[in-house]
Amino acid sequence: MNTNILQVKDPILAIENLSVAYDKNVAVKDVTVGIKKNTVTAIMGPSGCGKSTLLRVLNRMHELYENIHTTGSVTLNGEDIFKMSAIKLRRKTGMVFQRPNPFPTMSIYDNVIAGYKLNGINQKKQERDEIVERSLRDVALWDEVKDSLTKKGTFLSGGQQQRLCIARALAFNPEIILLDEPTSALDPVATSKIEDLLITLKEHYTIIMVTHNMSQAARISDYSLFMYLGELVEYGKTKNMFTNPQDRRTEEYLTGKFG
Amino acid sequence: MKAINETENINSRIRKDRVFLGLVVLFSVITVSPIILIISKLIEKGYKQLSFGFLVEKTPDTMEAMTAIANNELIPGGIVNGILGTLLMVAMAAVIAIPIAIITGVYLYENQGKWLANITRNVSDILQGVPSIVLGLISYLWVVKYVTNGFSALAGSVSLAIMMLPMIVRSTEETLKMIPQTLKEAGLALGIPYWRVLTGILIPTGFSGLMTGILLAVSRVIGETAPLMLTALGSRAINMNISKPTSAIPLLIWEFYNDPNMVDMIWSSSLLLMIIVLAFNLTAKQFAANRK
Ligand SMILES: Nc1ncnc2c1ncn2[C@@H]1O[C@H](COP(=O)(O)OP(=O)(O)OP(=O)(O)O)[C@@H](O)[C@H]1O
Ligand SMILES: [Mg+2]
Repeated sequence: MNTNILQVKDPILAIENLSVAYDKNVAVKDVTVGIKKNTVTAIMGPSGCGKSTLLRVLNRMHELYENIHTTGSVTLNGEDIFKMSAIKLRRKTGMVFQRPNPFPTMSIYDNVIAGYKLNGINQKKQERDEIVERSLRDVALWDEVKDSLTKKGTFLSGGQQQRLCIARALAFNPEIILLDEPTSALDPVATSKIEDLLITLKEHYTIIMVTHNMSQAARISDYSLFMYLGELVEYGKTKNMFTNPQDRRTEEYLTGKFG
Repeated sequence: MKAINETENINSRIRKDRVFLGLVVLFSVITVSPIILIISKLIEKGYKQLSFGFLVEKTPDTMEAMTAIANNELIPGGIVNGILGTLLMVAMAAVIAIPIAIITGVYLYENQGKWLANITRNVSDILQGVPSIVLGLISYLWVVKYVTNGFSALAGSVSLAIMMLPMIVRSTEETLKMIPQTLKEAGLALGIPYWRVLTGILIPTGFSGLMTGILLAVSRVIGETAPLMLTALGSRAINMNISKPTSAIPLLIWEFYNDPNMVDMIWSSSLLLMIIVLAFNLTAKQFAANRK
C-alpha cells in the first residue's frame, strides 16, 4: 500500500481516486485518502461540498439513489467494498444520522437488537440481552435506561435517542462508525456527552464523522479532512491542520472567512 | 381626528367580524343538520324493531309480516342472512383488496416520478371515479358468467374489492410518504434487506395510517347496493357458500322497500347499517388520531 498517496500507514479504509456524480453533477472529485484504525476522522467543509455523499458511499447507502455514479475504489481491510454484499458491508460499518431516528414502534431493547431481529438472526434470549447491555453500556446509556428497556425509544430525550441510535449501530460490532453531523440537532450538554462518547469509542472502533462544527473537530478528531467543491483539499493530523493549514482555502475556512 | 378614524375603523371591523362569525355558524349548522336529521329519523322509526331477534333471525316472508301488522304486532324475524352476507362479502373483499392495494401503494411510494408509477396512480384515481354499478357489471361479466356460473358472494366481493382498491392504494402511498426517509435509511444501514425494512419498520410505523385507509374503504363499501344487485343478487336464506347467491344488509333494505308489508324493516335495517358504518368511521378516526 502506498503510504504517500493515502497519507497514513496501514489504513483500515483506503479510498482511491473516488469520484461520485449525481447525473452530470460531480459531488466528489477524485478523492484519495486512507483512514487509520482506532482514530476519529472529521470531514469538514462548506455546505454542499460533498461530505455526506462521500460518507454514504462508504457503506453504499448512495445506492438508494438511482442517478448516482461512482468511479474509483474503496477497500475495507483490503477488501473491495463494491464487490462484497451491501448487507455484509453495512454490518461492518454502522451509520448514525443527523437527527436521532430510533424506530418509533420499537422499545429501547428492540431498537438496539433490531439489526439482528429484522435480519432473521436467531439467538437465545440471553445472547440478545448481552448484546443489548453491551451496546447500551458502550454508549453510556445503560444506567439511564436499564429499568425501562421496554419503553419506546422515542420517549427518551434527544441526546439519549442519539446515543440509542449509536448503540443500535454498535450492536453488530462494526469496524467503522460513520456519523453525519450527529450532534447538529442536539443541545450543548447532549453534544458534549456524545463527543466524550466518541473519544472512548475509538478504542474499539474507527470513527468517521462529518461535522460543521470546527471546535468539535478540533476537540475530538485525530485526523481532519477538508473538502471544497467536491475536492479533497487537505488531509492530515487535526492538530497540524488547525495550527498550520497548508492550503489557503483551508485556512480561510478555519478562520471563518467562508462556510 | 386620527383617533376618531381609528375607532370607526375598529367598529366596522368588529361588525364585519360578527357578520362573518354568523355566516360560519349558519353554514356549520347547514352542514351538520342532515346527519343529525338522518340519525334521529332512523332511531325514531327503526328502534322498535331492533332487538336481539332482529340480529339472529332470518328475514320473514311477506305473509308473516302482513299477519303481524294485521294483529298490530311487530314484524317477526330479523336480518341475520343480510348481516352474515355483508360480513362475508366485505371480509372477502378486504382479503382480496388489501394485499394488492398495499403492494401497489408501496410500489408507487418507491417509484415517485417514474412513468409507470404515474400511469398506475392515474389509473387508480380513475378507478375511484368509476360508478359502482359499472364495477358490478364488470364483476358480473367476469365472475358471475365465467367463474361461479351464477350470482354469488364471490362476485359481490370482487366488485367491492375493486371499489376498495384505489382508496387503499392512495392511503398507503400517502402514509408511507409521511414516514421520515431516515427511518428507512437507518434500517437499510443496519444491513437489513429492503423487504424486511418494509415489513418490520415502515409498515408498523405507518400502521395507524394504513388502518385508517382500510377502515374508511370498508365503511365506504358496506353500504353499497347497486353492484351487489348485479352480482350477489340476495337470498332469504343464510348462505356462507361463496359460489351461491347471498344477501346483504343494503340488498335487504332494497327488498323491503319493494314490499309494502316490510316498511318497518327498512328503518331498522337502515339504522343497523348506519350504526355499523359509523362504528367503522369512528374507529378509523381513532386510528388517525393515534398517528401522532
Ligand atoms: N440526491 C441527490 N441528487 C442530486 N444531487 C444531489 C443529491 N444529493 C446531493 N446532491 C448534490 O451533491 C452535492 C454534494 O451534496 P452533499 O449532500 O454531499 O453535501 P454536504 O457537504 O453533505 O452538504 P451539507 O453540509 O449541506 O450537508 C451538492 O451539490 C448537492 O446538491
Ligand atoms: Mg450533508
